[in-house]
Amino acid sequence: MSLPTAQPSRRLLLIAPLALAGLGGVAAWTLLSRMRQGIYDPRGLPSMLIGKKLPSFDLPGAARPGGGAFQGFSSVEIRAAHRPVLVNFFASWCIPCVEEAPVLMQLKADGVPIYGIAYKDRRTANFLNQNGNPYTRVGSDEPGRVAIEFGLYGVPETYVVDADGIVRFRWSGALTDDVVRGSLSPLLKGRS
Amino acid sequence: MSRVVLSGAILAVLLLIAGPALAVSDPLEMLPDRQQEVRAEAVGHQLRCLVCQNESVEDSDADLARDLRRIIRDRVKAGDSDQHVIDWMVARYGNFIRLRPPFDAHTLLLWLAPVLAVGICVITVLLSRYRRPVLVAPLTNEERGRLAKLIQP
Repeated sequence: MSLPTAQPSRRLLLIAPLALAGLGGVAAWTLLSRMRQGIYDPRGLPSMLIGKKLPSFDLPGAARPGGGAFQGFSSVEIRAAHRPVLVNFFASWCIPCVEEAPVLMQLKADGVPIYGIAYKDRRTANFLNQNGNPYTRVGSDEPGRVAIEFGLYGVPETYVVDADGIVRFRWSGALTDDVVRGSLSPLLKGRS
Repeated sequence: MSRVVLSGAILAVLLLIAGPALAVSDPLEMLPDRQQEVRAEAVGHQLRCLVCQNESVEDSDADLARDLRRIIRDRVKAGDSDQHVIDWMVARYGNFIRLRPPFDAHTLLLWLAPVLAVGICVITVLLSRYRRPVLVAPLTNEERGRLAKLIQP
């Protein structure tokens, strides 16, 4: 008892959703594996600085409690380093910054110069005493004005600046070993 | 009935009294020049607070939003045009900072989505209307007999 009119669209109706589901599955799997490898950040917004010159700034050093201060730095010094460096925005009041502290300490142990910028922070010295100081220099951006030049929207944020002073990468949120392996290491190895 | 009218009137009066909540409650933040302040607010309302992401810079209480408000006012006071101020922000934060994204190649799909949706609907309706009815073979005599038996009480 077959119907006289064949209906090819019926087969399509069966295959189309299956194909769609399969495609979705592949997409989701790619997304998750890229997140795991630290090369994709779902909450990350594209940074306008990528491929551009490091913005110009000159920061005073963060204060120490007993008087005195850390050594501050300027964009000129970073460009004069002629090797890839990290610029890391942090604050003592920021919880993910505590989380990423061991990762930064490991990078320091590997010989990566890290320039720290304390964002709207007055207890920087205490924070570094407690969590270790991975920074080559510690500048203080209490007004938060330099942060806006970077297009920062929260702490912690980490930028890779290459040997020519060009910003190559921005990570917002705590660094993890996966991000270091997936994104930072290849860029830092570039020319050191 | 009159009770409904009365409570409606009370609600309307309350709504009128309440007015919009203003985040820039600090008069120190405002520009002394009324016209410049109005312009600054208009610009601020077009920019997204990057911390809360669904509020404008003008409505947000976040530190970053306050900093951005100050910059907007500094720029307006210095004589920048509205477009200049917005461009300054976009240069640092990208188009994401604009609550109303510009119409360009990246946002083509976003802006044309409603047109696309209506178009698909119209096409679907037209297609289904003009689709030829599916031909079904007439019942055989045998089938007709079975049907008649089934229908009979």
